[in-house]
Amino acid sequence: MSKLYTGAEIVFKCMEDQKVEFIFGYPGGAVLPIYDELKNHESIKHILARHEQGAGHAAEGYARSCGKAGVVLVTSGPGATNVVTALTDAYMDSIPLVCISGQVPTHLIGTDAFQECDTTGITRPCTKHNWLVKDVKDLAKTIHKAFEVATTGRPGPVLVDIPKDIQFQKTKYTNIKKQKKLNGKTNNKFSQKDIEKLVEMMGKAKQPIFYTGGGVINSGPKASEHLRELVSITGFPITSTLQGLGSFPGDDIQFLGMLGMHGTYEANNAMHDCDLMINIGARFDDRITGKIDEFSPKSKKVHIDIDPSSINKNVKVDLPIVGDVSDVISSLIKTIKKNKLNFIKSNKENISKWWEQIAKWRSVNSLSFINSDKTIKPQYAIQRLYELTKNKDTFITTEVGQHQMWAAQHYKFNKPNRWMTSGGLGTMGYGLPAAVGVQIAHPNKLVVDIAGEASVLMTMQEMSTAVQYNLPIKIFILNNEYMGMVRQWQELLHEKNYSESYTAALPDFVKLAEAYGCVGIRAKTPDELDQKIQEMINVKKPVIFDCLVDKEENCFPMIPSGKPHNQMLLGPNDQKENKITGKGKTLV
Amino acid sequence: MTKSKSAYSDPGKKGKLDTHIIVVWVDNEAGVLARVVGLFSGRGYNIESLAVAEVDLKKGISRITIVTTGTPQVIEQIKLQLGKLVPVHKVANFMRGDKKIIFKEMALLKIVADSSKRNKVIKICKKFNPVVLDKTQKSVVLQITALRREIDMMMGDLKKFGLVSVSRTGAVAMTRGSEVFK
Repeated sequence: MSKLYTGAEIVFKCMEDQKVEFIFGYPGGAVLPIYDELKNHESIKHILARHEQGAGHAAEGYARSCGKAGVVLVTSGPGATNVVTALTDAYMDSIPLVCISGQVPTHLIGTDAFQECDTTGITRPCTKHNWLVKDVKDLAKTIHKAFEVATTGRPGPVLVDIPKDIQFQKTKYTNIKKQKKLNGKTNNKFSQKDIEKLVEMMGKAKQPIFYTGGGVINSGPKASEHLRELVSITGFPITSTLQGLGSFPGDDIQFLGMLGMHGTYEANNAMHDCDLMINIGARFDDRITGKIDEFSPKSKKVHIDIDPSSINKNVKVDLPIVGDVSDVISSLIKTIKKNKLNFIKSNKENISKWWEQIAKWRSVNSLSFINSDKTIKPQYAIQRLYELTKNKDTFITTEVGQHQMWAAQHYKFNKPNRWMTSGGLGTMGYGLPAAVGVQIAHPNKLVVDIAGEASVLMTMQEMSTAVQYNLPIKIFILNNEYMGMVRQWQELLHEKNYSESYTAALPDFVKLAEAYGCVGIRAKTPDELDQKIQEMINVKKPVIFDCLVDKEENCFPMIPSGKPHNQMLLGPNDQKENKITGKGKTLV
Repeated sequence: MTKSKSAYSDPGKKGKLDTHIIVVWVDNEAGVLARVVGLFSGRGYNIESLAVAEVDLKKGISRITIVTTGTPQVIEQIKLQLGKLVPVHKVANFMRGDKKIIFKEMALLKIVADSSKRNKVIKICKKFNPVVLDKTQKSVVLQITALRREIDMMMGDLKKFGLVSVSRTGAVAMTRGSEVFK
């Protein structure tokens, strides 16, 4: 007779078979049997967060930086509700998470027991799928299925709710068999005909553009390699969404920068005027498209995505190709090489006029700003951070707001999985715990959270986690004492009524760092910035870097609400903008 | 003219709305109906009627029939989003008025009136296969099967003949002929 295992043991057996190395979590009454079992499994290390939301974001940071599923372990009731933000964030940005939550014993479910909540009910709309395990015999099967659902197709979060009595009950454990058939929810059956059609469209295009997104990153490092080859052999310009940054080198001449609300002038104008748009792993988000009715009116649109429901959701496309980005691009390259050797040579001439036009847009230099020698401009701070860290393999996380957009604009990424930011949900407080997770996955790499002082205070308690596990994360705060993006919108949209967007009584971040047992550094002027950043990089401990920046700087360029891509607001440096100052701003 | 103060874009032009019948085959497990209904409410889709019951006891498969309205784009989204749910096996989508499809809904009507009015009601219902399920001196409970809009009409017409209560199943659908939807 085979050995019997308790539910708690089975949880760990499953995780061992899934090659889980780290769990991010927080104990509590309804998961105590699982925590009790932790000591018997040396290959799995538990990282104790200070709040379940922090555990969730840390698992996201871990997952995004190394491509494996992040695992979260929380208790029932408040443990589960606290992790909802992180689950929703992972759902919006397609990050594989497996969340295991404790639940009150089965006989108490529905009685409003202590720390009971309807966890599967609450998390149903923010997970790909979730399960309440009511029979210990289903436990192993369910957890393995959970990993499969989280990591296949378009990745996302899943949750397994395990009542406490199930954690104690015993049953047999059988390892997973390699499943031949996937859950039937993955779609990778694109036809060669569609690929050939796309090659034909590419051959005819005079003003083509690649518009790439997080799907390229999610498809694995191979996808980025294929993308680089594809862009190089076609000679087409490429722009990327916020989530796609790093899949193509940010300093390459064919890269037009990020597109969308705070994208570059050249990227957005190229999107508007192109005759062929090839969307690879992006989803026509509203921050990208601007006014839908006037979005890229003249172009044929191709959409490559693994999720069939992304096709035609926001924008109607002419050629959908449902499949894994990596596979689609590699067969695209093969087809180009096989059928159209001429195309590779002639094409660059074909689109030379288009590149001339792009060069004109580029010369507007839309990311420029008026620098100062008295106060640190936030853009300047990011440029210096980039220059001083670009020769290391640096991992950047961010919070949400102006600093996030400046980081996306001014920090150039060369590799995938180096850029972790909350794009879909826009979760302030994401960056610090995400940096914890990234540093866990890459203990010897430089990990910097580019932060705003308002965002970082939302999850500041996770500094304690960083100190506990000796994680030398760097929290680079662009401190302007305002919720900067809120302040910017209030300036542009609400007649400068800065309602509640100024934070009075901010903590002294240097002292706060010391209180946590890490290092605090403050930079006040541009001339001391480089030296201070260098100091931050050299410290082998967690650092909170308080960078005091210009309080009124706005993030430009910007597509105002309800405007198409070709009607951007440029920064104060630009003369055209100066003409519409005043009037233009009330028009937004 | 008032200017939008939203940082979001304005709504685009509204497309033409069509009525569709969506049929979903799902694993009959806890919470599956909540997943389907939650998808509709969460994404702002419309449910006009919903009928659900297990149809394969061995495999534990339930069949959900939903009547909904939306632009062609929304209907396509409903189908694709439903297809992504883990317990969903297949999704079929039929436009109302499709000649290849049978749509039927059953209704129970309670009429409290004198016998002449009651007989009139049965006569009016003639073409909807009326079955008298219960009869007293003062009342009658009538079962009819018809199209949704026919029942809508009957509900209006029968008010003056003493219709006091209606219970409807919601529409169910099936393809005509020997074909089975795969």
